[in-house]
Amino acid sequence: MPLPRLKPEDKCFPNLDGAGDWSIKGYEKRGGYKGLKKLLQTPQLEHIEKLKQSGLRGRGGAGFPTGMKWSFMPQPKLDEKGKLIPLTKPSYLVCNADEGEPGTCKDRDILRYDPHTLVEGMIVGCYTLNAKVGYIYVRGEYYDESSHLQQAINEAYASGYLGKNIMGTGVDVDLHVHLGAGAYICGEETALLESLEGKKGQPRLKPPFPAGFGLYGCPTTINNVETIAQVPPILKNPLEWFTRWGRPGNSGTKIFSISGSVNKPCNVEAPMSIPLRELIEEYAGGVIGGWDNLQAIIPGGSSTPMLNAETSGRVLMDFDALKAESTGLGTAAIVVMDKSVDVLRVMTRIAGFYHHESCGQCTPCREGVGWVHRLMERLSQGDGTIDELDQLFALTKKIEGRTICAFADGAMWPTQGTLKHFRHLFEERIKAKQSAA
Amino acid sequence: MPTIRIDQPTVGQTPQSLGLNLSWTKTEQEAITRTLAKYPQDRQRSAVIPLLHIAQRKCNEWLPVDAMQLVADTLDLPYIRVYEVASFYTMFNLKPVGKHHVQVCTNCACLIRGSDAIVSEVKSHTGLTASGETSKDGEFTFTEVECLGACVAAPMMQIGTHYYTHLTPEKTREILTHLQNGGDPAKYADTAPTQDADPIHNGKYGQ
Repeated sequence: MPLPRLKPEDKCFPNLDGAGDWSIKGYEKRGGYKGLKKLLQTPQLEHIEKLKQSGLRGRGGAGFPTGMKWSFMPQPKLDEKGKLIPLTKPSYLVCNADEGEPGTCKDRDILRYDPHTLVEGMIVGCYTLNAKVGYIYVRGEYYDESSHLQQAINEAYASGYLGKNIMGTGVDVDLHVHLGAGAYICGEETALLESLEGKKGQPRLKPPFPAGFGLYGCPTTINNVETIAQVPPILKNPLEWFTRWGRPGNSGTKIFSISGSVNKPCNVEAPMSIPLRELIEEYAGGVIGGWDNLQAIIPGGSSTPMLNAETSGRVLMDFDALKAESTGLGTAAIVVMDKSVDVLRVMTRIAGFYHHESCGQCTPCREGVGWVHRLMERLSQGDGTIDELDQLFALTKKIEGRTICAFADGAMWPTQGTLKHFRHLFEERIKAKQSAA
Repeated sequence: MPTIRIDQPTVGQTPQSLGLNLSWTKTEQEAITRTLAKYPQDRQRSAVIPLLHIAQRKCNEWLPVDAMQLVADTLDLPYIRVYEVASFYTMFNLKPVGKHHVQVCTNCACLIRGSDAIVSEVKSHTGLTASGETSKDGEFTFTEVECLGACVAAPMMQIGTHYYTHLTPEKTREILTHLQNGGDPAKYADTAPTQDADPIHNGKYGQ
């Protein structure tokens, strides 16, 4: 039996389809900013505790529990006389809107159709983390989208939701939009901080983690757009409102971007743990040519290994179920490939993407990702030997896990997934070339 | 607007100054003041990327050495600190580009939904043969780019600041002809831009 469709009041992003007014008037009509004052008067630790209980996990790809991440940030303590000791360094909340993972386009729709959800999330987030300033790092290509966001921020200032002493609560929050300039790697949190500091976007070694030493050396939390925007509705509603969806440890609703060979590609907010097949057939108009015409699915953006048709028919869309299939939910960007698609060509193109985007800091990635791309280019054409397929696999294993950030891992997984599910295609092409010669 | 010479540095070489003697206009100076106010007093280096965006808009969408030097002088940084950033990010063009910079996404979702046809339409319409080329009349530059994050609206391209989505070869031709005839770029844009907020100048449009 299919899951019930979410009603507007069940959603964190009721205007994701862009049908309504995205300006402050429309947002307030949908119930936005209502109860904000109360949230800014509740003790911060209560918010963090509720977030922990809600089971919200980061929507940017890694799925780290948000409540726990927020609890790493320093909170002011009381001295023996019960007086508040102010924090010595300023704290920052940085929103990662550098969306660049192929297949992923959910943040773009939040920015242009429901930007106030993010603004309100940033206000609550900055308050909870004792940050007076929040930065929203938007990828440079999202120019029109960031103009919507900037207008939303301007409207929030004009209505007194931003600035000094918000609604008389004594809370000060300033928000700034910072445009990037086209580098996928800046979606990695420490590379994003480097970029925000005006440097090349090259990831930092961890530890120290950003919660201790982040932007300008100060405590910093970096979260995805969707994660931050989901915080206010979670805190405003009873816990049950969020946790009733999805399996334990994977609760809530999530935006799924469904693209590729489907009849109606779309961004849709749906309950977590929804079966993949139901998601595609209910919301995206089904696979082109019917479910039997399905060849493969990338379940969570280009970095996640693909699923074959058989697994796609039974898998649930959440962090744990996809991990059990040795892939991942990632950003929940589903790229569907029907039988007319040349899978090897698509995967070679993805390998080329990582080749182009490697920041060049670590040798295994800088040299290896290009090597993998060249091998994929050749082998996908059938030029090579069967032994080279094993060599390619061994190579990916030698790059994975040997670099500063997770970029190289994410670059290798799709190739590994291709070799796992579509090795026979490589072999057919190689044999065809050999017998023709 | 200074006239920009088109004799261009070769990629891989250290580009030479063109002797343009650039300086900020009053509007740009105001935009810079607004931008610098976003960052702490002692962290003005954060403004490198925003200032490069302003400089690139000033110089017909590319960055001659002189413009990077101007940004470096404004922020009191050595030139190399600006150049290394400008050369790291793909949106900064270190070579002149045409009036319409056509960037077609050819990554997975667009590829599946037929970006090949869009690429060949752009090539045949503009007469360009490879990614990165600029037409002789300076009208078009064509670049194949990585995922632009509009996958559910594939295939798509970006020209200037706007996204054009759900493309077909016919629609692509229509858009290119429209732009060539000096039409309003926003007409076919996927997101209607708001007139009140210009993310690069940090103010209203035309401010």
